[in-house]
Amino acid sequence: MTRLFPWVALAVFASIPLWLHDPYLLNAFITTGIFIIAAMSLNLLLGYTGQLSLGHVAFFGIGAYTSALTSLGFDVELIGGLRVVHEPWPVWTGLVLGTLVAGLCGYIVGKLSFRVRGAYFVIVTISFAEVVRLVALNWVELTQGPLALTSIPPMTLGLPGLGYFDFYSKQSYFYLVLAIVVISYVIIRRLVYSRVGRAMVALKENESLAVSVGIDVTRYLVLAAVVSAGIAGAAGSLYAHYLKIIDPDVFLFLYTITMVIMVITGGKGTLAGPIVGGLIFGFIPVVARSFAAPEVQWILYGLFMILIVFVLPQGIVPAVENLFTARSKAEFPASPKAKIQDAP
Amino acid sequence: MIEFLQHVINALILGSTYALLGIGLTLIFGIMRVVNFAHGELYAFGAYCVYLVSVLMGLNFFFSILVAILAGCLLGALIEVILLRPMRNADIDTTMLVMIGAMIVMQNGEQYIWGGVAKSVNTPFPEAPFVIGPFSVSSLSLFVFFAALLLIGVAYFLINRTKLGKAMRATFQDRDTASLMGINIQRIYMATFAIGSSLAAAAGALLGPVYVVSPLMGNIASLKAFAIVILGGLGSIGGATIGGFMLAFAEEIGAGYISSGYRDAMGFLIIIAVLLVKPTGLFARSERIG
Repeated sequence: MTRLFPWVALAVFASIPLWLHDPYLLNAFITTGIFIIAAMSLNLLLGYTGQLSLGHVAFFGIGAYTSALTSLGFDVELIGGLRVVHEPWPVWTGLVLGTLVAGLCGYIVGKLSFRVRGAYFVIVTISFAEVVRLVALNWVELTQGPLALTSIPPMTLGLPGLGYFDFYSKQSYFYLVLAIVVISYVIIRRLVYSRVGRAMVALKENESLAVSVGIDVTRYLVLAAVVSAGIAGAAGSLYAHYLKIIDPDVFLFLYTITMVIMVITGGKGTLAGPIVGGLIFGFIPVVARSFAAPEVQWILYGLFMILIVFVLPQGIVPAVENLFTARSKAEFPASPKAKIQDAP
Repeated sequence: MIEFLQHVINALILGSTYALLGIGLTLIFGIMRVVNFAHGELYAFGAYCVYLVSVLMGLNFFFSILVAILAGCLLGALIEVILLRPMRNADIDTTMLVMIGAMIVMQNGEQYIWGGVAKSVNTPFPEAPFVIGPFSVSSLSLFVFFAALLLIGVAYFLINRTKLGKAMRATFQDRDTASLMGINIQRIYMATFAIGSSLAAAAGALLGPVYVVSPLMGNIASLKAFAIVILGGLGSIGGATIGGFMLAFAEEIGAGYISSGYRDAMGFLIIIAVLLVKPTGLFARSERIG
């Protein structure tokens, strides 16, 4: 039953464009999907290594800008009169480059910021995101600054031997996003259930103990940061080519908070958590927009976040799992022998 | 050279309010181990109090600053009792999430109540600046500088010379031992958060009239306060004071000689650089928390 569940969920989601034709709802599904990818990547750091990275939007934005600039081309003069001209490349290379550049940034940021922990780590990551935002705002020659990068081409994919795909329609873009969600899920799942994942969990539970048994902390943390940043970059790239316009507001702290809320609501450190949390928070605006102004929606988000931390600190998915395991335990009571062994 | 000295004067005035902001945060961070993301919103709250009392209600400007400080104190105590007391034994990340929630609610509440348009506050001070030789300083800025210095002095007195301050310092050093000595930890925590909040509100009340009052002003203020605290070292009030002036100095020089667009980037670059080179802060005590 539990093994089948992801496949059932996938089949349900794959069928959505077949029966759902309302463009507004499809749009909500696509943007939600993009944020789910970002939230899944954040969950790798937040949930599995226990590092609260509040600068995650930087990787999302870097992916978006890299991808958009790759497909738009640019002409910049660097310090010292060095002129860099880039002709537009096919759009799919943008997705690849966006992922790679974001991953590279994840490597650099990880290398530097994992020297500190806890509150200090959080503040370094926020600072990084803010610096990147200010660069995007002020390097007008490259990014157009507050004027935004416009007419970003929609995603197209030319595969040798398989023909040429474009993702102009909402239906096709939905499948593209779904595919990336699945790929990210599989990557994260494989990572988490590997030796690396167990090392990460060990780090989260007790870092000193993990170090004492020979786990190379920084190496695993940086690896997590690279994978996480790369996936966030891919999400950013999808975002840029879907909206076809991005401005420095893509780096706002509020987007990081959206991802964090999704992860902690769904359940950090669970594979399904970000998906459940993402669906909830992706569709709250759809429901709430009829009666609430954006500010009020955000107030509700904030209250919801406080409430979740107070009531369900582990998130929804672990709570539901506990419910099921509690029930099955009631059906098969543990043997008295086991109980005696547990007693101190 | 004259231009440089003018920057120094501006930095001193800005730095005095930054120091207020930093002292408030370093108290909360150091004693309670809470990363107070709502600190910037309390700063904005102070500025809006001044706007409400002096512009909308038409009362005295100086009175409005006093109101802002007291209201900040009350709001801080309220936040502590409602949100932080039940979370007393939670880990630092959990309280951080709660404070982020509080930040979102407060910031959007301000936006909802006051609208997104920035407000300006008129003050009883003359528009014409003081001119001393080649330098010019507005009289409002001078008032802000001396008022902030006075408040910093009050904070020092409170921490170092009063019984409450002694209890706060004891709690900072060792919460459990302090509790064993008969200090009411709950009350100390509430007092710490209230004092920290009122200092943030005071900074907003003083700086709001210099610039404009807007719902987004708290965003950047929180991060600047973190920069100051990190520069000065956790829990060090002297460090936060010096850190405030250093950040203001870096911003002024950065804006004046590099690019005004990167003014706000200075704080973040300082955070990154300090944490990477000397993570305990420049003036940290031997003990480090976090």
